[in-house]
Amino acid sequence: MHFTDNSKSAPVGFGKILYFHWPLALLVLTVSCVGFLMLFSVAGGDLSTWAQPQITRFVIGFITMLVIAMIPISFWQRVSLLAYFLSLILLLVVEFFGDVGGGSQRWIDLGFMRLQPSELMKIALVMVLASYYDWLDEAKVSKPQWLVLPIILVAIPTLLVLKQPDLGTAMLLVAGAGVVVFSAGVSLWYFGAVIGALVGLVTAVFYTRGTEFEILNDYQYRRIETFLDPSISPFGDGYHITQSKISLGSGGFSGRGFMEGTQSRGNFLPEKHTDFIFATFGEEFGFMGGITLLSLYMLIVFFCYVSAMRNKDRFSSLLTIGIGSTFFFYFAVNMLMVMGLAPVVGVPLPLVSYGGSAMMVLLGAFGLVQSAHIHNVR
Amino acid sequence: MIEFDSKGEIKRSRLSRRALILAGLQGSVAGIIGWRMHQLGVKQGDQYRLLAEENRINIQLLPPARGLIYDRDGDLLTINNRVYTIEMVREQSGDPELILNRLAQLIPLTPEQIDKALLDMSKRRAFVPVTVATGLEWEHIAAVSANAPALPGVTPQLGLNRQYPKGPDYGHIVGYVGSVSDYDLDNDPDRDPLLRIPRFKIGKTGIEAKLEKPLRGEAGIKRIEVNSIGRIIRELDRQEGGPGVNIQLTIGHELQSFALERMKGKSASAVVMDVRNGDIMALASGPTFDPNKFLKPISQKDWAEMNDPKMRPLVNKAVAGTYPPASTFKMIVALAALEAGVANQGEDVRCKGHMLVSGRKFHCWRRGGHGNVNMREALRYSCDVYFYEMALRVGIENITRMANRFGLGVRPNVELPSMKAGLTPTKEWKNRIKKQDWVLGDSMNAGIGQGFVLASPLQLAVMTARLATGTMIEPRMINMYDNTITPVNGVEPLGLKSSHLAVVRQGMFDVSNHRRGTAFGSRLKNGVQMAGKTGTSQVRRITTSERRRGVVKNEDLPWNRRDHALFVGYAPFRDPKYAVSVVVEHGGGGSKVAAPIARDILARTLKVTKGYGELPTRKREQT
Repeated sequence: MHFTDNSKSAPVGFGKILYFHWPLALLVLTVSCVGFLMLFSVAGGDLSTWAQPQITRFVIGFITMLVIAMIPISFWQRVSLLAYFLSLILLLVVEFFGDVGGGSQRWIDLGFMRLQPSELMKIALVMVLASYYDWLDEAKVSKPQWLVLPIILVAIPTLLVLKQPDLGTAMLLVAGAGVVVFSAGVSLWYFGAVIGALVGLVTAVFYTRGTEFEILNDYQYRRIETFLDPSISPFGDGYHITQSKISLGSGGFSGRGFMEGTQSRGNFLPEKHTDFIFATFGEEFGFMGGITLLSLYMLIVFFCYVSAMRNKDRFSSLLTIGIGSTFFFYFAVNMLMVMGLAPVVGVPLPLVSYGGSAMMVLLGAFGLVQSAHIHNVR
Repeated sequence: MIEFDSKGEIKRSRLSRRALILAGLQGSVAGIIGWRMHQLGVKQGDQYRLLAEENRINIQLLPPARGLIYDRDGDLLTINNRVYTIEMVREQSGDPELILNRLAQLIPLTPEQIDKALLDMSKRRAFVPVTVATGLEWEHIAAVSANAPALPGVTPQLGLNRQYPKGPDYGHIVGYVGSVSDYDLDNDPDRDPLLRIPRFKIGKTGIEAKLEKPLRGEAGIKRIEVNSIGRIIRELDRQEGGPGVNIQLTIGHELQSFALERMKGKSASAVVMDVRNGDIMALASGPTFDPNKFLKPISQKDWAEMNDPKMRPLVNKAVAGTYPPASTFKMIVALAALEAGVANQGEDVRCKGHMLVSGRKFHCWRRGGHGNVNMREALRYSCDVYFYEMALRVGIENITRMANRFGLGVRPNVELPSMKAGLTPTKEWKNRIKKQDWVLGDSMNAGIGQGFVLASPLQLAVMTARLATGTMIEPRMINMYDNTITPVNGVEPLGLKSSHLAVVRQGMFDVSNHRRGTAFGSRLKNGVQMAGKTGTSQVRRITTSERRRGVVKNEDLPWNRRDHALFVGYAPFRDPKYAVSVVVEHGGGGSKVAAPIARDILARTLKVTKGYGELPTRKREQT
């Protein structure tokens, strides 16, 4: 694999700490704190239910982020293929030996947290694709034969995740990979073709419903259907969307105030601490709170883009864009879903929703962004 | 300083261009998200806030109509009256006190009622409806409904109230319903949500309690959407429940009320059974009580009267009272001896008025003795010495086994609570319970139905019916259950030798037909021949010195030390139709007190008994 040594101009030792992207790290910390507050609130003012474990995981994750950041980006580039295969193996492990939770096999129990290899794969896929396009001569990127490998790299984990079945993660995998491929400069025609194919697939999905060639699970069909028309089953799947919209909307302009949300307290709101935590946030902090959180998120994405622009090598740039975008997809899909603009696919609100895997993996990913930032700029 | 070669320059610009496109796309999505937040929170905020307040999908239970109970004639013993009630939910009313004061302008509501409602609401959880007023008129309900917007959390309810038109006559049998207690809630394995409805009533005694589940029926469920002031916006769906089952008793009113009337003033009970099919024609326990009194707050005076420790009106003595059967047990002893082959019907036993066993004197009720008596005569005169002798010969185990075949010591299978099984002792029983060895004296006491033997009036009636028919007839109190006739059980023969049964029946015939029979004075005078047996069960020990001075007459004793008077009988003798048992607590002698009552009840039974009345066609009651 092609590899250029950039470390000459990069800072060394603990001096690296000075070149750290501190605004980015502080933003991540701020958003996570919002998460702690919300978990405290939805637990009815109880720290130990969700907030405490989340804080513990955040501390571990944040340290991991710092450690990853200290290691030269060239190292991470070298191990990207390894990371990809490792994630793939773990995905296969859960496929065959994973704990069964919520009807699907998604995680490996590590004791202090449950690791979802699919989360790990989101980053590993971005890494391996960035590495690939760094190695590949730019003139060749749009040649069909050089697209075969990326497609295989994306297809294998996506199919595995779809089989779990986890539509949300599969979508995020494809979107994250798509961003890297797009940034690498692959001809726009391919993207047009892919979008066309997707439209065809969606048609096929609904055409095969009820036949023996059904592509999705029944619950996935229902989720999409209820997204299209929540009134179909206001007490079944549509309940999620209806209730979260009520919750969000009832916050009004400035919200009911911290810990004053009635909807999560009255248990009207489902999955209030995980995927639907934004609904409670909206109820308690209103439109202003929502916009503020959205701005914080967008600022993180913006910092990633700026950092990517200033990175010297292609790997760092592609990786940073890929990670920033993956992060973007997390919160965008989650918020759209909670606000009734996307189907309920089970994507957490990054750094806020309760759950270890997504937080750990995202913090690790920001470590990579930091590493690229420290070792490459200048 | 960043250096780019010419190729790198191109690369950089292409990547930056693509990144810019991506950033732009993501920025627009963020814009959509922001716009949506604005739309939900600001533009439609008020609407959603209202929805949040209204976010109450109420699940209402539709209480089923409680099953009805009919008597033999097809007359209703229970009525479900419509009652209009006002309920209130604290959570929905905002300021309960203000709302209650407004309510008081529309419906009659005393300050006490308001205070009670406020107290109830503060004690219960915020969303639990609490009854504010009940027994209202339709106009009140209409007024409340019309003013619903001003009365958040207030809902008018239509409920059913149980009433018992035949009152005291069926007090012990039908029983009554009452509010659900914490105990009831804890002891409901099904966790029926109906029990959590305020004002919901469940059976407390009698059939109402025993057959609570089937009578209660199944709740329907109605899901309604209500707005923040508690007004129902729409009904979402409804799932109908089922009303409780209807029941027809074998007991007829005329005979039941006659029996109670006949025993008036006494603490007594009487059971009349149709020996052919086991139908319980009357099951009377006096004094009785009016179950309707339990539907309202009960007065101090009534409560004291019902808990009179002497007369115990609340106890159904016919099934829950157990007494030494005394001489009515002698038929069992006779049959046990005959079946075991230790006695011969022609054999005479000499009665000198007492019998000496292991140094103790066992007395016959007749001081001078009966002289030589055979089995038939022994039954006729109720000679104690004869049965002491029989008990010694046959042993307690044989007696107990025979008693069990006649239903004594066995809990009767009748749909009433607190059914007693009585007691038929064995040696093992005495060892285990009394921690003493069985002695001959115990057997001798059992031989005359005293000592440890205990039986309820219902068991005595069953015993008499089995004696009359020689079958294992089982008592039957419910004729129709949910439109189905219940089966008759126990028509199979007992498996006793008919000659043995015949001797005992002859003896019973003599009791009320032989000039010297113990109940000759109480024979039927309507041309029907009755067979029977008197019994006088001692409740106190007669000391040797008292015996020497002469046994004190019952009339001279305090009430609670007087003997119980018993009588069992059946008629007609040749073609037995009805069996009767009467026990008068502390009434005195069986022949003097119990036999006349039994005679009158039997005579009445023969006169009034008819078939079953038609039940009205069942129609679903609307709640």
